Amino acid sequence: MITKRIIPCLDVRDGRVVKGVNFQGLSDVSSPVDLGKFYSDNGADELVFYDITASVEGRGLFTHILQEVASQIFIPLTVGGGIHTLEDFDRVLKCGADKVSVNSGAIKNPNLVLEGAKKYGNQCVVLSVDVKRVDGKFMVFAKGGRENTGMEALSWIKRCEKMGAGEIVVNSIDTDGVKKGFDLEMLQAVCDIVSVPVIASGGAGCVEDFVTLFKTLPRVDAGLAASIFHFGEVDIPGLKKKLAENQIIVRR
Amino acid sequence: MIAIVDYGVGNLFSLKSSFGVIGAEVQVTGDGEVIRSSEKIILPGVGAFEDAIAKLRKTGLDKVILEEVEKGKPLLGICLGMQMLFQKSYEYGEHEGLGLIEGSIKPIAPIIEEGLKVPHIGWNALVFPKEKEKSILYRYVKGGEFVYFVHSYAGVGCSDTVSATAEYGGSLTASVEKENVYGTQFHPEKSGEVGLKILKAFCEL
Repeated sequence: MITKRIIPCLDVRDGRVVKGVNFQGLSDVSSPVDLGKFYSDNGADELVFYDITASVEGRGLFTHILQEVASQIFIPLTVGGGIHTLEDFDRVLKCGADKVSVNSGAIKNPNLVLEGAKKYGNQCVVLSVDVKRVDGKFMVFAKGGRENTGMEALSWIKRCEKMGAGEIVVNSIDTDGVKKGFDLEMLQAVCDIVSVPVIASGGAGCVEDFVTLFKTLPRVDAGLAASIFHFGEVDIPGLKKKLAENQIIVRR
Repeated sequence: MIAIVDYGVGNLFSLKSSFGVIGAEVQVTGDGEVIRSSEKIILPGVGAFEDAIAKLRKTGLDKVILEEVEKGKPLLGICLGMQMLFQKSYEYGEHEGLGLIEGSIKPIAPIIEEGLKVPHIGWNALVFPKEKEKSILYRYVKGGEFVYFVHSYAGVGCSDTVSATAEYGGSLTASVEKENVYGTQFHPEKSGEVGLKILKAFCEL
């Protein structure tokens, strides 16, 4: 049976990882190359690289760093941030990305999902969606969670799945940063309507939160987090040991 | 030198890098002469079967590969590259493959338990057939170790050549082998240390 996946997400700006603390045996925590390799060597099942660079020069630097990471890491690599066109797909795939994560680019132009899937296959297109409750409804937010798009999240996700999104990353704005656990209600609602893999994001604060996630929602395929890994609050080998003790199948 | 066949399908960056790490000399090439002068051949591939095999035939590299394999040169097909080694694929129609491995490529949905997700995507454990000697490709790998899969179609009718399977609510062909022809449905170049050990074993053939 396939394993549940644990995925650290690295935010990269101007060639550096935005947050991080000192890990033992890691020379430079701000280097995406060093940190990516550290996670890969320590049991991460996949990595997500997120480009939060604003400038064109920054984007060039990101491309360069991405290539360096991809040449040293032999686990799947997803790249997101600033993906608006098929040329953007092409740019990151040529640097060694395996999957491309689309978010606001797909909101602006939903055909991006369709075109990306047609050209590179469904497995290559990851839909990332920022969701927040408004008057009891799950709504899609844009601009890093600042702007309500007016679209209902479940119909948006279903629509993107039909257009060829091969995986769905559900970021709950309501639980993000709160560290009180994943948004189980929201994730359940998504799992009920899609048949592609669902990746939970937002809210993990401790090892137990991952155990609860996979125990409560067996249809969730992966847990994604950033700061709890970067700040060493959760270490991946320890997390996987705990998951295995709870009869959750993981790669160790 | 190992030739990685470039026929315009997919991204060969990681594959090339992975051989760099294990210290093997590789060349990504679409040149038949380079493939002929190589010691081993890698046939990669992602995307749709029909498009990929058409591109391979259009370049004429299908014939080069078949001739070199006939001479005894080791060939490793990866993912769609493995599927192209089969006689036929039923992905969106019916298409001829290279015919090096008996059997065909069919959707995994009827093979696996209902309710399981398709594609079969993620890390799954290798199961070696009990009645066979372990493949030389797995000389550094144990049964139960994890490799990375991404596929919706799989090899069937090939039990004589199956060298490993993966359990996914049913048994899926993970790799095949017939004399000097090898194929992995999973991506060794994305399977961490385990994958690198499999590529190393291929380099040492």
